[in-house]
Amino acid sequence: MSLQIPHHSKANGNTGATKAVILVGGASRGTRFRPLSLDVPKPLFDVAGHPIIWHCLTAISKVPSIHEVYLIGYYEEHVFRDFIKDSSSEFPDLSIKYLREYQALGTAGGLYHFRDAILKGRPENIFVLNSDVCCSFPLNEMLQLTQERRAEAVILGTRVSEDAASNFGCIVSDSHTRRVLHYVEKPESYISNLINCGVYLFRADVLFPSIRTAIQRRADRPRLGSYRSSENLASSYMFDEEDTQKNEVIRLEQDILGEMADTNLFFVYETKDFWRQIKTAGSAIPANALYLQKAQQSGSSELAAPSANIKAPVFIHPTANVHPTAVLGPNVSIGPRVTIGPGVRIKESIVLEDAEVKHDACILYSIIGWGSRVGAWARVEGTPTPVTSHNTSIIKNGVKVQAITILGKECGVGDEVRVQNCICLPFKDLKRDVSNEVIM
Amino acid sequence: MILHQIEALAAAGVTDIVLAVNYRPEIMEKYLIEYEKEFGINISISIEAEPLGTAGPLKLAEKVLRKDDAPFFVLNSDVTCDYPFKELAAFHKSHGDEGTIVVTKVEEPSKYGVVVHKPGHPSKIDRFVEKPVEFVGNRINAGIYILSPSALDRIELRPTSIEHETFPAMVRDGQLHSFDLEGFWMDVGQPKDFLTGTCLYLSSLAKKQSKLLTPTTEPFVYGGNVLIDPSAKIGKNCRIGPNVTIGPDVVVGDGVRLQRCVLLAGSKVKDHAWVKSTIVGWNSVVGRWARLENVTVLGMT
Repeated sequence: MSLQIPHHSKANGNTGATKAVILVGGASRGTRFRPLSLDVPKPLFDVAGHPIIWHCLTAISKVPSIHEVYLIGYYEEHVFRDFIKDSSSEFPDLSIKYLREYQALGTAGGLYHFRDAILKGRPENIFVLNSDVCCSFPLNEMLQLTQERRAEAVILGTRVSEDAASNFGCIVSDSHTRRVLHYVEKPESYISNLINCGVYLFRADVLFPSIRTAIQRRADRPRLGSYRSSENLASSYMFDEEDTQKNEVIRLEQDILGEMADTNLFFVYETKDFWRQIKTAGSAIPANALYLQKAQQSGSSELAAPSANIKAPVFIHPTANVHPTAVLGPNVSIGPRVTIGPGVRIKESIVLEDAEVKHDACILYSIIGWGSRVGAWARVEGTPTPVTSHNTSIIKNGVKVQAITILGKECGVGDEVRVQNCICLPFKDLKRDVSNEVIM
Repeated sequence: MILHQIEALAAAGVTDIVLAVNYRPEIMEKYLIEYEKEFGINISISIEAEPLGTAGPLKLAEKVLRKDDAPFFVLNSDVTCDYPFKELAAFHKSHGDEGTIVVTKVEEPSKYGVVVHKPGHPSKIDRFVEKPVEFVGNRINAGIYILSPSALDRIELRPTSIEHETFPAMVRDGQLHSFDLEGFWMDVGQPKDFLTGTCLYLSSLAKKQSKLLTPTTEPFVYGGNVLIDPSAKIGKNCRIGPNVTIGPDVVVGDGVRLQRCVLLAGSKVKDHAWVKSTIVGWNSVVGRWARLENVTVLGMT
């Protein structure tokens, strides 16, 4: 059976207006991003010198047909105020608005709730981006695929190792036409190693009717309890168990995509570029590295100039004070007003605003929280994980520990103290060597 | 370490020293020729073809030891202390018997062989008790002795133990006395003990206000007890001490933190490294920003 669809280009040759939605979640989410999400909403956490959702916005700004962007979530109103103000001046062609859900409606439920706002101006296509992914967001390529195939929906997919695949939404596609034949969220058995990246493009006249159908179906036939094994639940990535209990919650992944594979012209665009989830706090480290490498490849002028002591890529905020004898990089981000002393070594790490690192300290595979202080000759270190790994925990002496060491806000590490594979909650002073611990 | 012993022996008027060894004497020979000149003494090496225990080597060196009627010192090389050779020789002469062993007071005598004196006698030894369960005394054999040449008649040229064969025989004849050691004593046979011994030795140097110690007025010296060979190079902004020994031709980079460690000859510690409770072996290299703790012994390279 041929699935080729005749190509009808529009009379004027242009695509209609496109809008973008970034799903930002809420404060009750992002719990796995603790202790960093205790002080900053995850979407605003700085990775490679910019909030996570700034990277989404940057990609959106490169699609000429997009002029309106909505952030949908259930954080309080004021949370995104400053970010939207700054971004509006940085991306003057984009109108950015925050739409607040008063209760978690699920990723599809939230979209449906705000359908009038989104459909205003009769956009033809709508991009939907999960804010907790880190990738190159090949949005123009997805848009092109839509036009070529007259697609009603396009999902961004990537290949992962076969054993990792069951942690994600899995896509079975026609290898020739790239049409999606089957979609399952976190299957128990192996179905495909092509997985859902959490970035979608929908035709506006298909998305909302699909959600409406799902809502009706739910009302007629409430979803039964989950059949997933406890083993799979433990490693569940895309959703929390509590939500599956609530009938009003409608999620793209569980409730919409599977149906679309059956009934719609649904295609997959497979990215060969990098892709990572930003779930746990430790996953900010690979995301930081990937975005810095991307900036380096695109010749970004934001990055610090490489030298004997700067091993590119490194981002240093203009207000940071880095001693010339300190050696930084690769893959290091230094935040505003940070002080880095003489003879310091930092590699594969993020140092957040107002932190201070004293002379001869060494920081590897770690995140240093806002206003934290690291003493002279101290050593704060995590463990490198394989580049291809989608996991931020490692097994050490038979015990699962976090690979990345994280100091929360305003922590202190004493002179000569070593902190290894630890998560340290805010305001803790570490005076003795610690390893493989969560420090409350 | 052996240098401290040779130095102390020469200061006590010893003229001949025999080193009883059974491995790699060639590494030692070069040093010994220097020491001979420096202290004006004769040093000979006695090599055991097979291990002869703790007494056998004395018989092997009988020729040198019997050169005249003067008594001779016996030292275990892995013991470090405030060597009391002059006082020991004077005491040995005063009692006129065959042997004197140096004893030291320990907190936990049950781990060692304890010396028990004859009732009513301050120094004559009555017996040895190995690892006593009940308290019988707190003085143990410190591994340093002075013996009259006649003691050699008790030793045969075979693997034999001075502690288990020769001394008990001398005790039976009432020929063995003990001498109390003042100050520190340490068996430094293991790397861990070697570091502790070094710390004790450095502390005793500090107590004597020895000129060998690097003055605490040096900006990098922290907490004192730092002994740096003049040929060693120290970088900028280091913090060294307490209890650090740095050997000849060692190179220490910038911003290095050293405490409770020994850097042996020719070793190199690069910039910003942090080293604690560690022995860095001859010609070994410690990398930049490395962190070493707890008796890391790096082999020769």
